[in-house]
Amino acid sequence: MSRNVLLIEDEPNIIEAIRFLLSRDGWSVHTHANGSDAVAEVARVAPDLLVLDMMLPGRSGMDILRDLRADAATADLPVLMLTARGQTRDRDMAEKAGVSRFMTKPFSNAEVLSAVRELIGEKDAR
Amino acid sequence: MASLNLLVSVCLGYVALLFLVAALAERAAAMGRAQWLRSPLVYTLSLSVYCTGWTFYGAVGYAARSGLEFVTIYIGPTLVMIGWWWGLRKLVRIGRSQRVTSIADLLSSRYGKSNGLAIGVTILCVISVTPYIALQLQSIALSLSVFTEEDATRTMETGAFWAAIGLGIFAILFGTRNLDANERHHGVVIAVALEAVVKLFALIAVGVFVVWGLAGGMGETLARIDVSEIGQWEVHGGRWTAITLLAAAAVICLPRMFQVMVVENEDERHLRVAAWAFPLYLLLMSLFVIPIAVVGLDLMPQGSNPDLFVLSLPLSQGNEGLAMLAFIGGFSSATSMVIVAAMALSIMISNHVVMPIYLSTRSGQGASISGDVRHVVLLSRRIAIAAILVLGYLYYRLSGGGAALAAIGLIAFAGIAQILPALVGGLFWRGATRAGALAGLSLGFAIWVYTLLLPGFGANGLLPASVMEQGPWGIDWLRPYALFGITGMDTIVHSVLWSLSLNTAVFFAVSMMTFPGPVERLQGAQFVNVFDHSFGPRGWSGSVAQSEDLMIMSQRILGPAEAQDLFQREAERQGARGHLPEPTPAFLETLERELSGSVGTATAHAMVGQIVGGSAVSVEDLLAVADESAQMLEYSSRLEEKSAELTRTAAQLREANEKLTQLSVQKDAFLSQVSHELRTPMTSIRAFSEIMRDEDGLSAEEKARYAGVIHDEALRLTRLLDDLLDLSVLESGQVSLDMRSGQLTDVLDQAVAAALAGTTEGMAVHRRGVDEAVALYTDLDRLAQVFINLIANASKYCDAARPELTIRVRNLGDRLAVDFLDNGSGVPVHARALVFEKFARVSGDKAGGAGLGLAICREILERLGGDIHYLNDHSGGAFRVILPKAHAMAAQ
Repeated sequence: MSRNVLLIEDEPNIIEAIRFLLSRDGWSVHTHANGSDAVAEVARVAPDLLVLDMMLPGRSGMDILRDLRADAATADLPVLMLTARGQTRDRDMAEKAGVSRFMTKPFSNAEVLSAVRELIGEKDAR
Repeated sequence: MASLNLLVSVCLGYVALLFLVAALAERAAAMGRAQWLRSPLVYTLSLSVYCTGWTFYGAVGYAARSGLEFVTIYIGPTLVMIGWWWGLRKLVRIGRSQRVTSIADLLSSRYGKSNGLAIGVTILCVISVTPYIALQLQSIALSLSVFTEEDATRTMETGAFWAAIGLGIFAILFGTRNLDANERHHGVVIAVALEAVVKLFALIAVGVFVVWGLAGGMGETLARIDVSEIGQWEVHGGRWTAITLLAAAAVICLPRMFQVMVVENEDERHLRVAAWAFPLYLLLMSLFVIPIAVVGLDLMPQGSNPDLFVLSLPLSQGNEGLAMLAFIGGFSSATSMVIVAAMALSIMISNHVVMPIYLSTRSGQGASISGDVRHVVLLSRRIAIAAILVLGYLYYRLSGGGAALAAIGLIAFAGIAQILPALVGGLFWRGATRAGALAGLSLGFAIWVYTLLLPGFGANGLLPASVMEQGPWGIDWLRPYALFGITGMDTIVHSVLWSLSLNTAVFFAVSMMTFPGPVERLQGAQFVNVFDHSFGPRGWSGSVAQSEDLMIMSQRILGPAEAQDLFQREAERQGARGHLPEPTPAFLETLERELSGSVGTATAHAMVGQIVGGSAVSVEDLLAVADESAQMLEYSSRLEEKSAELTRTAAQLREANEKLTQLSVQKDAFLSQVSHELRTPMTSIRAFSEIMRDEDGLSAEEKARYAGVIHDEALRLTRLLDDLLDLSVLESGQVSLDMRSGQLTDVLDQAVAAALAGTTEGMAVHRRGVDEAVALYTDLDRLAQVFINLIANASKYCDAARPELTIRVRNLGDRLAVDFLDNGSGVPVHARALVFEKFARVSGDKAGGAGLGLAICREILERLGGDIHYLNDHSGGAFRVILPKAHAMAAQ
């Protein structure tokens, strides 16, 4: 059974790269490029895992994460957050908000893949 | 008598001896070996300057005429010394603590350092004392005449003349030798003490000769006295009281008495000895007066001058040696009085009359106290002494001597006594005021002159007989000898009664009606409470009780904790029990230093002095205090200024800090932005390069596509870095402009071509060549960069179906506007304010710019002296570039 992953990211080339990687790994990849209606998109797609960029047009990834954690349906959803800003302050804030994994751009493809696999494994273990 | 020459020689020899003794004493004092000079005995003997030639010769004459009444002259001082020694002590204490130089200075000091008062007292003293000096000259002349039978008048005149000159020289030599702040004259004092011994010895010798040599023993003498008229105790109550009072006043107020008793006093404790020793001296001086008078009246021919019995009795018996001794005694009495009186008067004249005038004529030149002024003081004193002696001599010659002079002693006493109310009032009554003192003194002085001094010159002397008999303008109750119609009174009693009682009454009344000034009030307190404030005879000292006062004061100034700490430490150092140390000199010095740190030296000194004494607060101290206060006021106002300045600086700093914080936040945001802008393309590059490296089954098409992405993103990175460097150079102001001449239209042509090159969808560009015909002198490449940016932006962001760009050139007077207007939806209103900021991309911007283009445009135009802003009144995108005409003009 193919697992659903939702990628919320606004940079087209990065979307393409991640889609390529995860598709190869057997994921069913949905993408979304806007922050403002991202929460609704999560509800619609109901992914097994969410890859979330922090700087998005419309709404920041941090706010989206908080909203998701506040909702019982998505409180346990594994979230891999990506950021190009790379400040420790952002990492701290994300961890407080309940991020599952935090990753700074540019990342290595292997890192992303292993992180996604681990998060799904953890979810299955529960 | 052939002995006149011998007599003159003896006189000269005696004077030479005095010179020698005085000179030795001065030298000993200068070398600090004058301990023996500072003995109570010398002090007591110097007080004998009270006994003048008038007392030496005149007492016998007085007794021969008026019986025992002469005793009053001795009773007055005796009463003062024994009954009022505590009052004298107060006077001496004040004199020392205030560094008083004369009786005039004392009154002036007490009444708020009033120089007017000092001048008044000086004048009064000169008027009263000059006849008295004349009296001494007369006594010397008279005594000389006894030794010569021919041409007595000529002898007297020459004698008086040379006496005046000799005494003047002596007084000048030893009275104005140097300037001492304390006005002490060791040489004069020791000479006066020696003369005191000589005159006492001489008088007693004559007395012994008369009683045991002439009268035949004590019993015989007493028998003679019993039968004599003058032996009767005929006490005239009014006169006795008046003369006793005058003598008592004189011993305090006479300038020469004040000089030896207060000014020359070395040690306050000497008064204790003097209190009994001086009355004893007076007793010895008066012991043989009655016997000599009685025996003289019995033995000497009828009509002999009883004033000269002391001389004529031994002479009549052929005892020339004794007569010579008596003469030397009388000479001593006269000379000591003249010398001390002239010296005291000269100090008053120089300090209160000459110096104020001299200083006021030199005001503004900043008179240097040390050099020339000192010279002027000494010179003025020498002249004053000479003038006083000349005055005395002239008075003697003009008054014609004789009977007119005989009464002058008492008249002088009465004049000097006018000082008494102001003096005693000032010592014991804080309410006494300068106005009161002046009023009382003036009135008393006037009454004395009118009722005693002027009539003393005899009928038709200085006052016309008519005034004497009928009163001025016939006003009966203003007759000099019968004021207010009271007649039948002794003239002395009459004058003393009216002058002193009215003087006192007016002094009190005016004092009650007036208020003392601040200096006066302070001095009043210093004088009246001198024992509360001042210290013992030497150095700083005090009791633990004063320590408590000092502690309270220090707490107020230093703060309780610090003051306690200071006192505690000192107490421990002294090993004292309790927390209060002894106020030792060392501690007081330390304390004063500590206090002066807070309140200034003068104030600290004054405050410590107030409690412990030592140096009472003088006007100089007060002025220094006032000065310090002024300085402190100025200092505090400066502090206020400083604090206002500090507040301003703090506000500026806060502002700067806010700016810095803002800048720091901006910098953080900028770095964060740069990081983001760099990492994003790098993410794509890394991801695709890894894909191409790791994935085997990529199609050629995929490979080409991914390589294309990597290439594009690498270009994007390069652009970003270019922009960042460009901006950094522009912002740092280190950009070098390449100013050249050119045509606006050419720059626009170049920009349009560059901006639209490679764009697929064509954008129509409308221009008007006529308007663009403007010559420029500027950095043409930089300007083209701005234009390219704007045109490229329009091309990227214009969302119209058929994008159009209008380039419009407007002449704005001294400036030139180049507008770039497109037909799209323009920049959203909320983003317009930020559009020129770095990384300020309008949301949804997918055109791939880093958001630095407009920021760079703004920086460039700032360097070129122009501006760029968004035009709000246009529906589409609308940027206006403004160029200063100066650049345009420069090209023409």
